[in-house]
Amino acid sequence: MDDLLREFLTETNESLDVVDVELVKFEQDPNNEDILGNIFRLVHTIKGTCGFLGLPRLESLAHAAETLMGKYRDGSPVTNDGVTVILHSIDRLKEILGGLEESECEPEGDDNDLIGQLANLAVEADGGVVEATQAVAEPEPEVEPEAAIDVADNTERAVMPGEVTLDELERAFQEAEGPELAVPESMQETLQTSEPQDIEAKADDKPAAGDMAKADAGGEAPRKESSIANQSIRVNVDTLENLMTMVSELVLTRNQLMEMVRRMDDSEFKVPLQRLSGVTGELQEAVMKTRMQPIGNAWQKLPRIVRDLSKELDKKIDLEMIGADTELDRQVLDLIKDPLTHMVRNSADHGLETTAERIEAGKGDRGRVTLRAYHEGGHIIIEIADDGRGLDAEKIKAKVLSNGLATESELEGMTESQIFRYIFNAGFSTAAAVTSVSGRGVGMDVVRTNIELIGGSVDLRSTTGKGTTFTIKIPLTLAIVSALIVESCKERFAIPQLAVVELVRAKSDSEHRIEKINDTPVLRLRNRLLPLVFLDELLHSKRTGDSAENAEERIRAHEEAFIVVTRVGEQSFGVVVDSVFDTEEIVVKPAATLLRDISMFSGNTILGDGSVIMIMDPNGIAQTISGELSDTIEAAEESNSQSADESETSLLVFRAGTPEPKAVPLSLVTRLEEFDVKQLENSNGMSLVQYRGRLMPIMHVSEGTPLRSEGRQAVLVFTEDERSVGLAVDEIVDIVTDRLDVELTSEASGILGSAVIRDQATEILDVGHYLTRVFADWFRKPERLLTTASKRLLLVDDSPFFRSMLLPQLSMSGYKVTQAASAEEAWALRDAGEMFDVIISDIEMPGVNGYEFVASLKKDEAWTDTPVIALSAHGTEEDVARGREAGFDDYVAKFDREGLIQVLNEMLVLKGEAA
Amino acid sequence: MSNPNTIGGELVSSSDTSEYITVNIADQLFGISVPKVQDVFMPQQVTRVPLSMPEVAGVLNLRGRIVTVIDMRKRLGLPEREGDVTNMAVGVEYRGESYGLVIDSVGEVLRVRDADLERNPTNLDPRWQAVSIGVQRLDQKLMIILDVDKVLDLTKESKAA
Repeated sequence: MDDLLREFLTETNESLDVVDVELVKFEQDPNNEDILGNIFRLVHTIKGTCGFLGLPRLESLAHAAETLMGKYRDGSPVTNDGVTVILHSIDRLKEILGGLEESECEPEGDDNDLIGQLANLAVEADGGVVEATQAVAEPEPEVEPEAAIDVADNTERAVMPGEVTLDELERAFQEAEGPELAVPESMQETLQTSEPQDIEAKADDKPAAGDMAKADAGGEAPRKESSIANQSIRVNVDTLENLMTMVSELVLTRNQLMEMVRRMDDSEFKVPLQRLSGVTGELQEAVMKTRMQPIGNAWQKLPRIVRDLSKELDKKIDLEMIGADTELDRQVLDLIKDPLTHMVRNSADHGLETTAERIEAGKGDRGRVTLRAYHEGGHIIIEIADDGRGLDAEKIKAKVLSNGLATESELEGMTESQIFRYIFNAGFSTAAAVTSVSGRGVGMDVVRTNIELIGGSVDLRSTTGKGTTFTIKIPLTLAIVSALIVESCKERFAIPQLAVVELVRAKSDSEHRIEKINDTPVLRLRNRLLPLVFLDELLHSKRTGDSAENAEERIRAHEEAFIVVTRVGEQSFGVVVDSVFDTEEIVVKPAATLLRDISMFSGNTILGDGSVIMIMDPNGIAQTISGELSDTIEAAEESNSQSADESETSLLVFRAGTPEPKAVPLSLVTRLEEFDVKQLENSNGMSLVQYRGRLMPIMHVSEGTPLRSEGRQAVLVFTEDERSVGLAVDEIVDIVTDRLDVELTSEASGILGSAVIRDQATEILDVGHYLTRVFADWFRKPERLLTTASKRLLLVDDSPFFRSMLLPQLSMSGYKVTQAASAEEAWALRDAGEMFDVIISDIEMPGVNGYEFVASLKKDEAWTDTPVIALSAHGTEEDVARGREAGFDDYVAKFDREGLIQVLNEMLVLKGEAA
Repeated sequence: MSNPNTIGGELVSSSDTSEYITVNIADQLFGISVPKVQDVFMPQQVTRVPLSMPEVAGVLNLRGRIVTVIDMRKRLGLPEREGDVTNMAVGVEYRGESYGLVIDSVGEVLRVRDADLERNPTNLDPRWQAVSIGVQRLDQKLMIILDVDKVLDLTKESKAA
């Protein structure tokens, strides 16, 4: 059965029951306006819904009843007859509903008897008013005409239902196949069997006291209760919540009992307890199930909304809904209903172009809005996609500037997706033009707030001309999450499983051990350095000292620690804990207001053993670690000086030779080692150390500076293809994440230039210089030379740092490299008739960005066949997809030298084959 | 316990009297209005909440409810309890959330005349003034009436601090 119809039946049956009760009360207390108002409202609602669902019989009857009640409400004296007839009408309504439930369509029949009676009574009631007014002997000439109009109205209305019935009959005749030909006579027979009173009422046509008795009798007659109404009941969510709490308690008690019985050898309790345990588990599951509802319930109204929008905006819109039966917690469902509706409206209104625009753009005239829901882990993902015009980054930028949300230079450094995210900012209307439908300023920020309130997130992808897709990720239920229970300093905490990537056991003598750079603990994990944070330090921040010894002690204490590798957005980090217990389904309870300020916790929960533990908020930890908000939007909101973290680079800062700090991009460093100088050997004027079964040459960053003569020497290890080089440094200072703007290029060999890092002028190391000094052929691999000999390569990047970092290795790989600092410069080369075998382009560039550059390149005749490789600091899947869509042949992360060379080779081989 | 409707054997109407639960904190008598009190319990298995305000002793499970426990000694700026004394907690509700106020011991329920309630003396410790409605004169001693809402209104102060 149609959900809408089912809901209508349940609701209407409920309403009618209330009307029954209220009517009886009303009869006894005809002057009680509240009761009358209530009845009137209920009947009115039924009438309205019936009209909406296209149920003419119900509608006309309800309408007639409503008219009469309207008279009563306006002050006409209430008669027993009137109430009786209304009660009859209610009975008839129920009867029709019963038929509706069985056959899913309104049963045929004639209600003119009751409608007539109701209309007569309404006229009488009007007369009563007139009489009453006359009795007061206040000649009010307007009263009578008014009454007359009312009567006229009534007769008209009374006629209308009759017409409808005739139409129905006609339809019934046309459709007639079976023996139950829907002629009035047969209908009356049907009625007679089920409801003799009504027929009697029709037979003797006076709605008098006799009727009332019959109505009473009717109440006793066996009547089939609506079965759907019995199948579903409405339960307050609080009741379910309560039930859930009780079940949790039950689980708790069961666990305690189990624990007790386990200690007894041979207990007679064992078997019954096992049963209790099973039942408890099922009960828990069932209670949770009561809260789950298909997301389709939140989508019910959308087709109608889209239809209306389509009319109003004169666009042809298709709404596609996929995964409507995906279930989620009722509470969550209620909370996302409005944001969803708003977003669908937005997509239809702003996302889709007008029909004319679509045809002009070469698209089909029908716009499409697609809603898709599916489960992913403990989350439900809802996508709202349109195939419209996509977001206009320039317009958003202009708006951001005019609203003072960010400065121009900050915007320059942002990726398009970061700019798009500004539409979630408060007071940021997404519409360039405000229409009656949306764009009233209460827009996406409210949506975002509502979604974040329930622990969800919202993101968007947009491609100009192709459409926009919003992705909402929300927890399936607010109540239960899967969490990892960990211990630190004898205290237990829950970490939501969703944020946990993996668990690593760190041991001092194993491959995974915690190392430190200055005071910063890190872990080598698959050739990457993972920043670590000690949970105890994080939570007892006051207790830990600032001295290095303290940190060392801590590390020693944690030599056998567990590391929970956590991922929040693009940020990964390890949380060091003493031990890990188990994964448990925990019932999340919001923390008290007093504790809500602590960003480290998202709530608390009661564990199986009855103790309360705090639930860690991975977002909060991430913020603490980076010292800035991971959410770039919030970062921009809270402090304009903070730049978006994606455009930042992690740098390893150290000292070597001179007191000024030097830095190298952390991602280039494979390892940090400390060697006892006694381990160092000299050979051929070069320091060597046995490292991982091989000899590794070590040279000092500041050339000519001797290595330490005693103690331990800190060394940065660079590895590529089994070959390693160690760069000795005096002291490792810190790892900082900062924006890297190389301001001064240096003449000195080995130094690319200087940058301001943490307010200090820092020299940026040219790693390539050192590597090629040790292994002259560092970048030169025989197989590479084969394919790349004298290939011409164009490198487009606005940053001199990256150009100079890539230049040596590209040249050494055998490429003839031409540099361009911007797309404009590149075009100048093209206009000059230059040809290249391959182009490498940065994505984020001032002016024309990489996407635009490649798009125009591919249209260009001269360079259209030249493969273009995107080079970007952002390596998200989304970026890669975007890059490919824009026309890039491949996509390489900025520091992935190995990857770049490989991609270059593949590309040229392919090109060679094709040619 | 005295008959709730008599004070000193004298029958009084309930309209001009109030009922308080008396509690002891560091040998000082305090009163908490009876309608405010939900239950009195012994705080067990209190989980410390790292990074919370010093006044927050932690959270505990009271029959399936999570109760935030406030150490009244810290709240009033008193020295910490010495030794292993088992203390008690008074359960109250504040803005729909359950709190437990940890005190040294619970006394009795007392009905007193509102007329005997005086305003806080001006020289009272401002920390105490901030959380009390006034001082009730009893025969033998003075009872400071705690305003539960003010006791739990910690958020503002913490932000100022």
